[in-house]
Amino acid sequence: MDEKKEILKISHLTKSFGNHEVLKDIDFMVNTGDIISIIGASGSGKSTLLRCINMLETPNGGQILYHEKNITDPKLPVASYREKVGMVFQNFNLFQNMTVLDNCMVGPIKVAGKSKENAKELALRFLKKVGMEQYINAKPKQLSGGQKQRVAIARALAMEPEILLFDEPTSALDPQMVGEVLSVMSTLAQEGLTMLIVTHEMAFAREISSHVVFMADGIIEEEGNSTDIFGNPQKEKTKEFLSRFRNL
Amino acid sequence: MVDISTMNFFQRILYILQQYGTSYLKGAGTTLLIALVSTVIGCVIGFGVGIVQTIPIDAKRDSSGKRFALKFFKIILKVYVEVFRGTPMIVQAVFIYYGMSQVFHIQLGMWAAAFLVVSVNTGAYMSESVRGGIISVDLGQMEGAKAIGMTHFQAMLNVVLPQAFRNIIPQIGNNFIINIKDTSVLSVISIVDLFFVHKSVSGALYTYFESATIVMCIYLTMTLLASKLLNLWEKKLDGSDSYELVADHMDIGDQMRTIKAGKR
Repeated sequence: MDEKKEILKISHLTKSFGNHEVLKDIDFMVNTGDIISIIGASGSGKSTLLRCINMLETPNGGQILYHEKNITDPKLPVASYREKVGMVFQNFNLFQNMTVLDNCMVGPIKVAGKSKENAKELALRFLKKVGMEQYINAKPKQLSGGQKQRVAIARALAMEPEILLFDEPTSALDPQMVGEVLSVMSTLAQEGLTMLIVTHEMAFAREISSHVVFMADGIIEEEGNSTDIFGNPQKEKTKEFLSRFRNL
Repeated sequence: MVDISTMNFFQRILYILQQYGTSYLKGAGTTLLIALVSTVIGCVIGFGVGIVQTIPIDAKRDSSGKRFALKFFKIILKVYVEVFRGTPMIVQAVFIYYGMSQVFHIQLGMWAAAFLVVSVNTGAYMSESVRGGIISVDLGQMEGAKAIGMTHFQAMLNVVLPQAFRNIIPQIGNNFIINIKDTSVLSVISIVDLFFVHKSVSGALYTYFESATIVMCIYLTMTLLASKLLNLWEKKLDGSDSYELVADHMDIGDQMRTIKAGKR
């Protein structure tokens, strides 16, 4: 295992929508190989935080340092940063006008400038990893939710990102399809991919995470390793939130 | 000289067709040519305008010069759309054809003027259709594209526009059919289209109803044909509903060969 290196450092991040302050002074770090779960109630700012990290929302204040470069600086190009920081969405967002294979090839070709041959190889390798290599000729609308999400993961992986952000990847899925997506994510975790996961799947978060962040009302209320947060939470809000999942 | 006043309605139609059949066909050809070319050019204009109108202005990242230029350009395009949607094409034709020569001393041929007027008119309508088509594509498509590192322009070109295009084909068809009919106003600048032929024939023989019947039939045939062809095109673009699974036992090398062999 390589020595852990800092990838992202977020400091004093704030974000408001109009008068509503969604993120208030967020600080945290992501190192290589980290698997960080962000948990918390709906509306606590988890997804907004993830979207800010990918710059799909522009933060109002604070810094996001990516290898010590501040990517909130307007002079730095966002597109090439996003190439290395992939994102998997709740609603998949597969390109409806392309086949499964083209979905995974278009990024490597158009963005990373790879040859068609190389892109195909990459796409097939990752589609195989998520178990979707049989479906390369299908269009997204012909797939089930779980299948779509696995293709979306393969599409993100085909960019060979340094870190992958998951924004509630199983929230739009039927219970029976949740498992297939989570098992793909477990495999990726075991292979050492750096991941940042916003999720409501507590059992999964507990099992997979190297670090857990609990958010409430736009701040990080408590964070720590998985055993501490789930086994022995310190703050009242954390206890209250997790008590709802005790029967699991 | 044949005396057509002794004939009945159908005999007169037959007689007109024998005498002027080729003129009607030539007129119809002219009408179709102008409608088709202008619809295509109009679509190109419409896409250009629609794309520019949907470029987001980023207050933080764009330089003030770029922001100003973009805003200015958007206003010009908005004026273009409003002026050409808001005035009758028959007036535009006269205005451009005679105005160009009197004010700017540019002698536009009547053909050039015809293509220009209809194209620019179609472009004004199409640009709003394109804008609507772009807005109607799920926002998540743009985000998905940006998340793998595409720029706004790349995402537009590869992801959003192909979907917007599919959604506005019915609008393109609408415009084509409208153009087939509306080119009739170009007779004011002496374009010998189908309607011009009708005026000449009915003027020579005093057979207004008979000639109009013929012309109605020809217009209707052209528009019905056009809408049928557009429907077929739509179906073709949608592709098949099914897909083939790639067999389990194949390794990646096999799949690569299959993909290369199959149509891409």
